[in-house]
Amino acid sequence: MVDIRLRAVTKRFGDTVVLDGVDAAFPDRSFVVLVGKSGCGKSTLLRCIAGLEEVSEGAIEFGGRDVSRLAPRDRDVAMVFQSYALYPHMTVRRNLAFGLELRKERREVIDARVAEVAKLLEIDALLDRHPRALSGGQRQRVAMGRAIVRRPAVFMFDEPLSNLDPALRNQVRVDIRRLHDDLGATSIYVTHDQVEAMTLADVLVVLDRGVVQQIAPPIDVYRRPANRFVAGFVGSPAMNFLEGRIAQNSERAAVELGDGARIEIPPGAGFERLQRGAQVIVGIRPHDVVRGPEGSLVLPVELVETLGSHVHVHGRIGDMPFVAAFEGHQGPRKGERLQLTVGELHLFDAELGVSLG
Amino acid sequence: MSPQETPSPRRKGWLGAFAIHAVLLLGVAFALYPVLWVASLAFSGSATPEPRVIPWPSEPTLRHLQEVVGATADDGGETVWIFGRQLLNSLVVATATALVGVLIAIPTAYALARFNFLGKRTGMGVLLATQMFPAVASAIPLYLILEASGLLNTRTGLVLCYASTAVPFAIFQLRAAFEAIPVDLEEAAMVDGATRLGAFVRVVLPIARPAIAVTSLFAFMSAYNEFILAATLLDDSKMFTLPVMLQRFVGEYDARWEAFAAGALVVSLPVMGLFYVAQRHLVEGLASGGVKG
Repeated sequence: MVDIRLRAVTKRFGDTVVLDGVDAAFPDRSFVVLVGKSGCGKSTLLRCIAGLEEVSEGAIEFGGRDVSRLAPRDRDVAMVFQSYALYPHMTVRRNLAFGLELRKERREVIDARVAEVAKLLEIDALLDRHPRALSGGQRQRVAMGRAIVRRPAVFMFDEPLSNLDPALRNQVRVDIRRLHDDLGATSIYVTHDQVEAMTLADVLVVLDRGVVQQIAPPIDVYRRPANRFVAGFVGSPAMNFLEGRIAQNSERAAVELGDGARIEIPPGAGFERLQRGAQVIVGIRPHDVVRGPEGSLVLPVELVETLGSHVHVHGRIGDMPFVAAFEGHQGPRKGERLQLTVGELHLFDAELGVSLG
Repeated sequence: MSPQETPSPRRKGWLGAFAIHAVLLLGVAFALYPVLWVASLAFSGSATPEPRVIPWPSEPTLRHLQEVVGATADDGGETVWIFGRQLLNSLVVATATALVGVLIAIPTAYALARFNFLGKRTGMGVLLATQMFPAVASAIPLYLILEASGLLNTRTGLVLCYASTAVPFAIFQLRAAFEAIPVDLEEAAMVDGATRLGAFVRVVLPIARPAIAVTSLFAFMSAYNEFILAATLLDDSKMFTLPVMLQRFVGEYDARWEAFAAGALVVSLPVMGLFYVAQRHLVEGLASGGVKG
């Protein structure tokens, strides 16, 4: 039940900069998801916030209080580890009670809270078992229970679903979001899975090489990615990128691709200030193209993936790979040449990669 | 992952089972033959038991056992039970060695397993190097050191010598055991409200218990069985440990093998008992990779 502020948080291991001046503010009770490729620093950032790593520079504030130098136990946080980290020598009951015992809670309070959480998570039948006698899904629930039972101000999740099979993952994901809404704490969640990132987050933090690329609600990150990295990272299948040049055609701006194809820039898309001849990268999401005879892009079909509700069509435009996604289950045939009209498009500076929108 | 299942034994034919048991019995016989031979000697009543293939005592008797265990001596007007005194010496020395050795090794091994610090590699190398010297090579220097520090002929002196040889081995074993414990567990404990020391005591130590038990037992046994240092550093018979006593039965001119054998049997009993009590831990500890070699 605190808001969290990160002020120029920097973390170095020796000469390696893992986090480079991370600034962020997360409102109270928000669900924050840190997302990025492996090695981008998201787990390190989580560990810094939890107090398991000391920041090299900068400050972390919980509710206006600088906690940067506090031990994890003094920060009022709880964490669900990727490995679950259940104490193997303790029963489920003692695993749940451990944190409360350390805080010298009264026995009745501990018993009541453990019973309450066990009921909430439907693990009351497992209380006297040891972790080794539990299935993966059960362990995951116990790990969640151990975090919840302490009623901390901040919940931390370090890729908590990555060891579950996909069906269970979807269910637990929904459970986690529901618990967050019920418990009213601030949650910080690390994942590299974009479905988790998109569905769980109130605030999405996209990291790359220790630098924050964008902090925004997931739909904003999806619709208005700050740069080419974010655009390519968020969304599945990934956004297509084509190289081109700004051309002026009567009153309408367009992008001219290397092979002579032209993509009209819709008016009012916010690209009016572009200079003629500027080198740009065009970003087109696979779902933002429509087949039609007047389409200006031509996609030779190399491979068709049928997903049931959608088909993904793979091919190349110029020398860049391109994927188009269509609804339905009837895909084009290999070797066909699809004419595509572009709906929404994104433009990025060819050199800096920043969004030109 | 589903709850652990105990693997069901593969169905084998009657012949297969017979073959396996035959091989196992042969192995047991091979291992036990010398022991049985010692036992037969210990219970033999004849004055000069001749060597025989089947280890069975000639003229069975408990005389040698009684002699070894029941012997008394006059010590300044007081009658003392010699075997009792020596057993006590051995147990005290071995227990103290195990305690001192493991108490020193636990924090050292933990530091080596979890932290990086200047001189870590060099330190490990030196530790390893100490394992390469035979203990006998240090007997004379140890004698001189103990003499200089007035610890010659004391159990304390002997414990210090034993502990110094037990510690490096214990460190290596326990380091492997600590390394096998995921750091996540300690971090979870620290987030849960423990200090680093608290996490160590409440989480790491209980999980490492089998390895610690094995290590203690090894230290205990090496001290309990040790002869050369004990014979070098003790010449007051009040301080003798059991191996020294055993050796006294086999003198230069007079080898009393029956008494030696009887003594050897009695001396092995405590270790066998200890193994029996600790076997569950031992199997766990050995299986968890907590033991080298």
